[in-house]
Amino acid sequence: MLRHRARAVFIIIIAAAIGYFVYASNTTTSKHAFHLGLDLSGGTHLVYSADVSKLVARDVADSMTALRNVVENRVNQFGVSEPLVQTEQNAALSNKESAFKLIVELPGVTNIDDAIKSIGATPVLEFKLVTADEMRAFASSSTALNSTSTDITKDPTYLSLFKETGLTGRMVAKASVEFNQTTNAPIVGLSFTSDGRDLFGTITKNHIGDFLGIFLDGKLISAPVIRDAILDGKGQISGTFTIDEVKSLVRDLNFGALPVPITLISSQAIGPSLGAEAVNGGIKAGIIAFIIIAIFLIVWYRLPGFIATIALAVYVTLSLAIFKLGVSPTVIIFCIILMFLAMRYHWGWGAAAIIFYGLMTTIDGVLSPVTLTAAGIAGFILSIGMAVDANILIFERTKEELVRGRTIGDAMHEGFARAWTSIRDSNISSFITGFVLYFFGSTSIVTGFALVFVVGVMVSMFTAITVSRLLLYAVAPAHDTKFTRFLIGNGFKRSIKNEV
Amino acid sequence: MFVIKYRKLFYTISSILVVASVASFIVWGLKTGIDFSGGALIDVAYDAGTRPEVSVITRGLVAIDPAVSVRLSGAEDFIIRMKDISQTEKVAVMNVLSLDGSASTTIKAFDSIGPVLGAEALRKAYVSILLVLLGIVFFITFAFRKVSEPVSSWKYGLTAVIALAHDVIIPAGVFSILGHFAGYEVDTLFVTALLVVLGFSVHDTIVVFDRVRENLKNSGNMKPFSDVVGESISQTFVRSINTSMTTLLALVILYIFGGSSTAHFSLVLIIGIAVGTYSSIFIGSPLLVTLQKWSKKGK
Repeated sequence: MLRHRARAVFIIIIAAAIGYFVYASNTTTSKHAFHLGLDLSGGTHLVYSADVSKLVARDVADSMTALRNVVENRVNQFGVSEPLVQTEQNAALSNKESAFKLIVELPGVTNIDDAIKSIGATPVLEFKLVTADEMRAFASSSTALNSTSTDITKDPTYLSLFKETGLTGRMVAKASVEFNQTTNAPIVGLSFTSDGRDLFGTITKNHIGDFLGIFLDGKLISAPVIRDAILDGKGQISGTFTIDEVKSLVRDLNFGALPVPITLISSQAIGPSLGAEAVNGGIKAGIIAFIIIAIFLIVWYRLPGFIATIALAVYVTLSLAIFKLGVSPTVIIFCIILMFLAMRYHWGWGAAAIIFYGLMTTIDGVLSPVTLTAAGIAGFILSIGMAVDANILIFERTKEELVRGRTIGDAMHEGFARAWTSIRDSNISSFITGFVLYFFGSTSIVTGFALVFVVGVMVSMFTAITVSRLLLYAVAPAHDTKFTRFLIGNGFKRSIKNEV
Repeated sequence: MFVIKYRKLFYTISSILVVASVASFIVWGLKTGIDFSGGALIDVAYDAGTRPEVSVITRGLVAIDPAVSVRLSGAEDFIIRMKDISQTEKVAVMNVLSLDGSASTTIKAFDSIGPVLGAEALRKAYVSILLVLLGIVFFITFAFRKVSEPVSSWKYGLTAVIALAHDVIIPAGVFSILGHFAGYEVDTLFVTALLVVLGFSVHDTIVVFDRVRENLKNSGNMKPFSDVVGESISQTFVRSINTSMTTLLALVILYIFGGSSTAHFSLVLIIGIAVGTYSSIFIGSPLLVTLQKWSKKGK
């Protein structure tokens, strides 16, 4: 008995400490402030589809990583705080057009036109070939080449002469500002990656005398004649550039030459007012829901109901702390396994889960905070309602055992022991739903909900089994009197009689 | 137990609801939101008292999308629904909204989702519902594998799925009716809510089944199956009602105070969980008895 009480006091102290952490870390400057999703904080969510059809299959993954880095660079230069840039490859059930996606999230930015422009405006650099024969044939048949009034670089028949070489901006390792030694005109110096050097070498070796067209965003910049094989992987783009144009081109090529062309397929901008409404409404609803559920529990289940209310408070505190400290799929699955062990064998496994989780929080980079969305908050409030289910199962069972004539202590033990199969089976089905939602959720709103839901079910197993059991044992009346049976019983009947 | 005795009455009530839902489905269908069908949704607010007439905005936007819909929202807002728009079209839209710059507007939300992404979301929605259903059937069949007399374990799974289908069809039917009369749309959150309803309702069903399993073990085949099921239902009755009540309380409060972005979401959940609790008590377990009676007749 004394041991139970000491443990119960210990649990309440720890819960209070966690509660203080949740409260104290709630400033905007804290590392552990709640991580609000775009729908709550306001911001922009952009989805691009990446066209990888021109890439060799084995290059796709690398190109997508390169694309991510380039766009991230771009976005960082734009000065957004905490932007998120990620790629999604062959996600479940994508079709061909949307198999490769680039997702950009810009919190706090709702005037997105500039951002979209700076992401989308990044140039695609391509090198295309025209053989000398073709060029001659074109020159003799067409008048366009000799006419000064038309812009040859926009003539579609002329442009169609250029054939792709596979050499693109993806293979540019570095661009720099250089100057032509004779005319002193600014030019762009290129040095290729090792792949690019080999390809550039092969092209120039096999096509001496032909023309190499340099295209920027599909626009022909210049088409110099290849005079020699260039094997050192260095090239240059010369044209009628001003020094500023060269500088911006060099910057774009270094930081922004997109390795894969992208098109915007979805943009969502959420202003801060809608988010604030959802946050305030969510907090208000959560508090009211908690109070009403607590009143219901205490009125109906009396002493155990009071214990369940404390367990529910621990549940809310622990869940909020976990949302802040973060989760990872492996950690969640491991903790779930420990919870099942706690239910089946010994409550101590629940404590082990907490210790394990505590250790994980001390290692950097293992956990990432749960992003709260409006749906996530809704899911959490829903889970407050669901979290008491395990307790209700146990208390109803305890009451039944009392009716069968057991003593209070025995009835409580039996209540916990016999409710376990129901709790196990029903929680597993909740986990099935949660995992499917998490892995097949089409939007961050859905996956955000799923994460909150799974964490909620997991924590509720801990509080309902480990916490409420320890607390209940600590306050369990030692003597079987009419009054103590009233305290442990429930429902509208004043005391429990043997029912027929 | 009255639930078993009058089970045909409950079957009839549920059948009527399901048939009505399916009929509404066939006649009116579901109104899909932009995250499934693709399109743009704009929430624009004007300074107090400066909101123009709907017709002004509509006339301006018809040039970009003939099927544009402009609705009033609150005292200062418009909610505009149109086809998905490109960056260049966006400039034109903004010009119309700000009356060529003469009105000051706040864009509260501006979503534009391409049809490719919408189709993908829809596919994912179907697959997730299917996966959850399958996962649950397999799990129940597995969890009840040792119970084969007098009803084999897969029948528990089958019964649970019939109850689950019931729980999904009715909220969907309600939303089909609401969609037709009040313009309620079905979006990814709606599907999420349905999946949660699935999880919750199977929760309830399993609690009763678990009791059946335990009582079967204790009774040692002495009692008729329908008595065992009836007893199990009455033993779990209070628990099922109480759990659903705490959850429904939380949801109703969320519906009232939770803000507009989750109002429909909580409405689906309220309908689904109410229906789910009903089905786990009045449909799922009685169906077990019916199935057992059928297989007995077959012998």
